[in-house]
Amino acid sequence: MIRQKAMLIRAASAIPSSEITNPALYADRRRFLLASAAGALAGGLGLPAIAAPRGEALADVRKSAWTVEEKLTPYESATTYNNFYEFGPDKDDPAKQAHRLKVRPWSVVVEGEVAKPRTFAIEDILKLAPLEERVYRFRCVEGWSMVVPWIGFSLSELARRVEPTSNAKFVEFISLADREQMPYVRVPLLDWPYSEGLRIDEAMHPLTLLAVGLYGEVLPKQNGAPLRLIVPWKYGFKSAKSIVKIRFVREMPRSAWMKSAPQEYGFYSNVNPEVPHPRWSQAQERRLGEFGKRKTLPFNGYAEQVAALYAGMDLRKNY
Amino acid sequence: MENRQITLLKGTVFIAALAPAAQLAWRAGHNALGANPVETLTHATGDWTFNFLLLTLAITPLRAITGQHWLLRLRRMLGLFTFFYGTLHFLAFTGFDHAFDLGEMMRDVLKRPFVTVGFAAFVLMIPLAATSFNAAIRWLGGRRWQELHRSVYGIAILACVHYFWLVKITAIQWPLLYTAAVVALLGWRARERMRRYQPRGALRPAPKVQPIRFIR
Repeated sequence: MIRQKAMLIRAASAIPSSEITNPALYADRRRFLLASAAGALAGGLGLPAIAAPRGEALADVRKSAWTVEEKLTPYESATTYNNFYEFGPDKDDPAKQAHRLKVRPWSVVVEGEVAKPRTFAIEDILKLAPLEERVYRFRCVEGWSMVVPWIGFSLSELARRVEPTSNAKFVEFISLADREQMPYVRVPLLDWPYSEGLRIDEAMHPLTLLAVGLYGEVLPKQNGAPLRLIVPWKYGFKSAKSIVKIRFVREMPRSAWMKSAPQEYGFYSNVNPEVPHPRWSQAQERRLGEFGKRKTLPFNGYAEQVAALYAGMDLRKNY
Repeated sequence: MENRQITLLKGTVFIAALAPAAQLAWRAGHNALGANPVETLTHATGDWTFNFLLLTLAITPLRAITGQHWLLRLRRMLGLFTFFYGTLHFLAFTGFDHAFDLGEMMRDVLKRPFVTVGFAAFVLMIPLAATSFNAAIRWLGGRRWQELHRSVYGIAILACVHYFWLVKITAIQWPLLYTAAVVALLGWRARERMRRYQPRGALRPAPKVQPIRFIR
């Protein structure tokens, strides 16, 4: 069908919001906002109960042109089906365990090959650039996918402020690894702290998002609060959560997954239906909630925007 | 244990063994299978196949250790429930992943090694389920029947490989636990066998085990 095949990125103004979002969900969101405003009164009005306690709404969010025209994954699914191994190995562990995470105070060290290294308080990051809502496809290396309205701004906005030098060829992202807050950091499932990396041109690409929220609200803890990366054309594990350090470096960093299983997880990890994982095919994916599978798109449907970054590269070798 | 008690026990076990399937059906009917219903169904049916496989394999050691010989009377049913959940697991895979397209399914079986191994384990269960009734035992003869049914040990090993091969390192504890259980259950058998074939002097008195009554 057209919706599945075509990659549609349009100026948001051209799309009525009813087309890009699940109307029921948005209605629910409004009800939620009303409910929080009206407090206990909302219950008295007989409004439907909201399944999960919702987070604080983010103000002054503008719609972004980077938006796909696909049905949103329900909030409930996007916030209860997560891989966040610091909180446990199962999909529902993060939603159960992440309440232990303290997201204030939070600061992010930005260092390395930059003219102006700096430590940002999370409050400053939230005010660094206008917040945008971007509806992205999110494809996990395990073969499932979702469509999520993230809130944030391009990583390049932050990068620009620290002025990377010409020596900055790669960017490394390091997640929090605190035994007190994250029970599974005691278990050496991966080489903690979780780390990921991008090539500098990937990091500076406007699609690469520094996310602070989703579905109109502050990022839930299980989704990588208070600050995470979203690189929509790469498998989900590339998008590090709960980031505490961003380093601009000369050499290609070795990510946590590359250290764990280098033959299975490469540095690039672009979504590619042609290159199977050593143990399973990547040709298809299951959108959360759907029974059948759909075809996986090259670069997760963002080929038009990012394929040029990899011109001349052997994507089988550089998996 | 008297026959009447055994019948009652078998009935209870039968109902209990159906409970996981009933629970899944209920959740499916109430839209309560979580964010990824297909994965929930596939994983749950896979887990229960392995659970019943372990229970089936536990009967012989438990019987020998406790001397509770009536346990043997449950083994066939547990084995058949292993096959029942294995079939549901297989159907979830063919149905949801391949919309019952057998050509597509066979390509997947060959392409993904963990699917190949799981499929092999399932296929090997078919002759065991097919020869689980008394007439088949009579027809094959007890000894040949027993030899055929020893392939359950191979099935258990394939199930371990299948599990290890499909998880990411972060979920390794589950195949590790299940494999530890398989190693314990098969290891007990290996030890018994070695003990039985040792020279007389070194032999401990053989455990008292009642003859197996396949046919009533």
